[in-house]
Amino acid sequence: MLIIKDLKAAINGKQILKGISLEVKAGEIHAIMGPNGSGKSTLAGVLAGREFAEVTEGTVTYLGKNLFDMAPEDRSKEGIFLGFQYPIEIPGVSMVNFMKTAYNEHRRHKGLEPISASDFLKLMREKKELVEIDSKLTNRSVNEGFSGGEKKKNEIFQMAILEPRLAILDETDSGLDIDALRIVANGVNKLKRPDNAAIVITHYQRLLDYIVPDVVHVLYDGRIVKTAGKELALELEEKGYEWIKEHV
Amino acid sequence: MNNLPERAERYYRLYEENIKKIAENSAPFINSFREDAIAGFLKTGIPTKKNESYRYTNLDAFFNHDYNSYFIPGPSDFLKAEDFRCDVTDLDAYGVVLLNGFYPTINGELRELPEGIRIGSLNEAANRFGDKVEKHYGKCINGNPDGLVCLNTAMASDGVFIYVPEGAVLKRPVQVVNLVDSETDMFSQHRNLIVVEDNADFTIIICDHALSPVKFLTNAVTEVYVGENASFDIMRVQNEHNNACKITHTFIHQERNSRVSSNNITLHGGLVRNSTYHYLGGEGAESNSYGLFLADKWQHVDNYVSVDHAFPNCTSNQLFKGVLDEMATGAFNGRIYVHKDAQGTVAYQKNNNILLTDDAKMDTKPQLEIYADDVKCSHGATVGRLNDDALFYMQSRGINKREALLMLMFGFAHEVIRNIKVEALQERMDNLVMQRLRGELSRCASCMVKCDKLH
Repeated sequence: MLIIKDLKAAINGKQILKGISLEVKAGEIHAIMGPNGSGKSTLAGVLAGREFAEVTEGTVTYLGKNLFDMAPEDRSKEGIFLGFQYPIEIPGVSMVNFMKTAYNEHRRHKGLEPISASDFLKLMREKKELVEIDSKLTNRSVNEGFSGGEKKKNEIFQMAILEPRLAILDETDSGLDIDALRIVANGVNKLKRPDNAAIVITHYQRLLDYIVPDVVHVLYDGRIVKTAGKELALELEEKGYEWIKEHV
Repeated sequence: MNNLPERAERYYRLYEENIKKIAENSAPFINSFREDAIAGFLKTGIPTKKNESYRYTNLDAFFNHDYNSYFIPGPSDFLKAEDFRCDVTDLDAYGVVLLNGFYPTINGELRELPEGIRIGSLNEAANRFGDKVEKHYGKCINGNPDGLVCLNTAMASDGVFIYVPEGAVLKRPVQVVNLVDSETDMFSQHRNLIVVEDNADFTIIICDHALSPVKFLTNAVTEVYVGENASFDIMRVQNEHNNACKITHTFIHQERNSRVSSNNITLHGGLVRNSTYHYLGGEGAESNSYGLFLADKWQHVDNYVSVDHAFPNCTSNQLFKGVLDEMATGAFNGRIYVHKDAQGTVAYQKNNNILLTDDAKMDTKPQLEIYADDVKCSHGATVGRLNDDALFYMQSRGINKREALLMLMFGFAHEVIRNIKVEALQERMDNLVMQRLRGELSRCASCMVKCDKLH
């Protein structure tokens, strides 16, 4: 589904990603772990098409296409979803209008007619239950006045509506209490299908108690320094990132 | 008058030449203000950039021009006004149409609405309803030295008068449509007086339209008295054209525990200047002043707001926003004055602007003078571009860039529009703003007068 080859990227001339290679197949969940500043969020941003980083080398192929030929909105419509570490507040734009516009763009891309207002509300209701999000929140402006936990739940809610093929969750667990963490993880697990995949980026192991990864990568100083099964996360938790540094 | 600058002299001459005719057709009480007012005008003249409150606005392009002036309307003039239909179809309002600043007086009677509310020509009211007019006319202005306010007092002879008696609650709003219509370039002035007595609740919508493509200069003054524990809502929608200059001065005097909300939406106009003066003249009064403008081409929109906290424990809130495209320019000047005894004051001010091009320009200036010590005050102003992070967030959900930009601008504008309490009008404004942002709104789109020369 996603093949990353020797990806290098810089922000303001400073090299952040120093050659990343990685392949994600349908049905897999990959966890990317690493200390602060290792390049986790840069990788997520580059995959979603954020312009802050400049790709200096390497290729990313998504479903057989060159990802870098696609605008962010086209990546979304082709099934890539980025769950933001810091979801953005958009005052004056209602959640309903925001999601309905996005959903219909996706439908149009598939050659489908726009969804009716009542069907969309039904869909929203259904997905709201999945992530246990407060009904009132979806009547408000996008993320405006949401608590940290509500913002993260809202990311999963949006993901549930758009049903991506490849979800990239950037530190969705940061700042969550254990209940919210469970709800977020539960949402991710319920949306899992044999034909989709997820990249879960996290600093801590605890999210991986709830979302069980098939593969764990450790990112350190812009490179993947270790790849193994889910047991790597536990080992990392136990020994800390210092242990990784010794292996570099 | 040798010392007068040329453009002030032009208007003084207009006064000299016409004052006899104006006075003959005006109520004596209104005439009694004219001499002092023209003296005041001669002192200050037409404001220039040297006047602090007009610092960012150059009035020359509209004031250095010869206009046909309009003093006495004939009955046929009102036929067009009667033809006018507001296109906000769901707006369930009592409608009044003013043509070139005159109320279409048929028989001089004041129209009576439910709950004893009277509405009619200011001039006729001064004749027939003298005590109410005399009690409030010229009072809310409170010696304001602005030369244009003086010029209005010196020469205006009509406008809308509304009287809302004690305890009256009108569920439907009153809508006043100001039409300007002329074969030749025209200067007009009108004067409104609204009296909302204690415990009353009243909503007014004022819409400004220009019907002909000539150059218009309008200088309007509205005085509002809001009694104890009364509620008053005023919304002004300005949708004229690039050759029209609209200058409005609104003075709102509030008594104890009264609540006022003012909302100025400027969709279209060549040069627009709105001055809104809120005087909190009794403990516990609350005032909300909102404004939104969308400007492009060479348009210039200037909002001046003054909130005067004269008594303790009053609350005020200002929120003004602007979207400027192409070479448009704008200004915001927000003044908060807290008197020494006005303890417990809460006063907020916010001004946010978006520049869509490098050529657009916005000047914003807060002006806080606080003489009390127990005060909660905040102000903030931003001039910038749309938030790139928000844009990317929307794109990352599949919304294309153009649509995302529109939604962001709309969201930005909606923060002001959502304060409009009349639901049908709120929806209509959302619609008009969206059309305006999409570039689909021509001034003819919202004009129902069937004329053939505007296309």
